[in-house]
Amino acid sequence: MSFLAFQGSIELGIIYAIMALGVFLSFRTLNFPDLTVDGSFVTGAAFSAVLCINGHPVWGLVLGLVAGSAAGCITALLHTKLEIQPLLAGILVMLGLYSINLKVMGTRANIPLVNQTTVFSSLEGTALEAYAQLLIPLGILLALLILLFLFLKTKLGFSLRATGDNAQMVRALGVNTDTTILIGMALSNSLVALSGALLSQYQSFTDIGMGIGMVVIGLASVIIGEVIFGTSSLLRRLIAVILGAVLYRMIIAVALEMGMPATDLKLVSATLVALALAMPIIKKKALFYKRKIAAQGIKRGG
Amino acid sequence: MVIIEGLSKVFDHGTTNEKLALDNINLSLGTGEFVTVIGGNGAGKSTLLNCIAGVFEIDTGRIMLGNKDMTYWPEYKRSRHIGRVFQDPLQGTAFDMTIEENLAIAYAKGKPQGLRRGINKADLQKFRERLSLLDLGLEDRMKQKVGTLSGGQRQALTLLMATMVEPQLLLLDEHTAALDPGMAKKVISLTGEMVEQYHLCTLMVTHNMKAALEYGSRTIMMHEGRIIMDITGRERETMTVELLIKQFGSRSGTELDNDRLLLS
Ligand SMILES: Nc1ncnc2c1ncn2[C@@H]1O[C@H](COP(=O)(O)OP(=O)(O)OP(=O)(O)O)[C@@H](O)[C@H]1O
Ligand SMILES: [Mg+2]
Repeated sequence: MSFLAFQGSIELGIIYAIMALGVFLSFRTLNFPDLTVDGSFVTGAAFSAVLCINGHPVWGLVLGLVAGSAAGCITALLHTKLEIQPLLAGILVMLGLYSINLKVMGTRANIPLVNQTTVFSSLEGTALEAYAQLLIPLGILLALLILLFLFLKTKLGFSLRATGDNAQMVRALGVNTDTTILIGMALSNSLVALSGALLSQYQSFTDIGMGIGMVVIGLASVIIGEVIFGTSSLLRRLIAVILGAVLYRMIIAVALEMGMPATDLKLVSATLVALALAMPIIKKKALFYKRKIAAQGIKRGG
Repeated sequence: MVIIEGLSKVFDHGTTNEKLALDNINLSLGTGEFVTVIGGNGAGKSTLLNCIAGVFEIDTGRIMLGNKDMTYWPEYKRSRHIGRVFQDPLQGTAFDMTIEENLAIAYAKGKPQGLRRGINKADLQKFRERLSLLDLGLEDRMKQKVGTLSGGQRQALTLLMATMVEPQLLLLDEHTAALDPGMAKKVISLTGEMVEQYHLCTLMVTHNMKAALEYGSRTIMMHEGRIIMDITGRERETMTVELLIKQFGSRSGTELDNDRLLLS
């Protein structure tokens, strides 16, 4: 892989890692398979692009994040108050967001940001200018990592984590799980939207379709991270998710370099995640057949 | 302390599966009263506890705890005054969190949640002391995940968590039924100690007839959603397991049928 492609995939990996942390929070911590992600990612990017054009790139990130958290709240409320299943609640919000995102983007499907001032312009004229694309997302990611870790170690954070483990127990200990789910989903989708907002300014455009399959990419990062870097402690898990996201981008970059058409990307991602999810069962079945064959061998031999 | 008036609960109302699980239950428990509950399969014991805890909405009746009418309170709000241990050891703890984190959640019961540190030094000291009461060596494993504990250890931990912040009412639903006999004995004697020490108002469902008579000061028997027997004082002191079974037969018109029933 060329150095440029390598650097590019690290930068992208860092931006996507923020989204992956959001997916980790909903899928793993809350045990809530949240498909809002495909929509809220674009919501972040839409606000980011529109505010960038109006000369407020930083506010673009902030408002993108806030809008994403609102989307997460709606999914949570659909589930907790109206008892719609998590998957369906997420799909409904994702669908609704498509229209909202288009509205935010002024009914354009694509907003280019060429020659616009972005957050990456803020280091212009300093010695770090050449590394802005790397340092700014990295700074944001590290700050988020620390904040998220500290949050998950607070009293509220404990309740939130326990909700995903055993909601019944949390209610039996006097905590309203509707509230913990609401907070968790808002946080999760604010991370996702912030990631989309950053990506928009990084790649200099927002496209209405840029969120398709985002939840799968997030999940792939989470699973790759868990398998390769482990899950022994909370901090380790969070770092594993980040490394998983970077590794995922590298795998994709290598595949593209080796001549895989970019249009096959989503198929590859889907296959990767399906395989990773099926891994425990595949292992179990393989073991079973191994035992069966061995047993039959003994019978025939004896 | 606890007053239950005219409590009825119907499942699957208006369908062919309609089931009257609780039929006009009246029950009151005095301060610190320890009541054991027995009855056959499907008698409504778990439903009664779940209705008190707010897991199920009730159809008629009133539930008072202390001077509070809790009838329309949500489950989590009632839980601030009620401690619970379930039959399934998996139900009472968060398996992917450490022992100390589980205890911290229990210890925060009824206090504002907020962004304060989940566990501080003083908490750890307290958790260690409380855990050592269990005599299971858990005080040296506080950083381990609960998922690594055995069913009995988890039940003991859940019991500790349920009483971490002293509840006004303790609800135990066959909390030793899933344990091996040795561990069951240990957990039930721990239960006895804790209830005595804190003078807790307790409802304990048990499948163990002997334990039902041995622990507490009053025993009620349920059948088809009703309380068919309520003994205390001298009547209870002279009661034996055989007599209890006989009484059940004559009062319910059927034989006591419980697949987990233990007679000794
Ligand atoms: N969630 C539910 N939905 C529908 N019916 C239920 C539900 N829970 C309990 N029932 C029914 O209510 C009746 C009482 O059940 P309950 O679980 O209270 O019995 P129990 O006395 O605890 O019995 P066991 O000793 O088997 O635990 C049973 O007929 C049961 O089938
Ligand atoms: Mg039961």
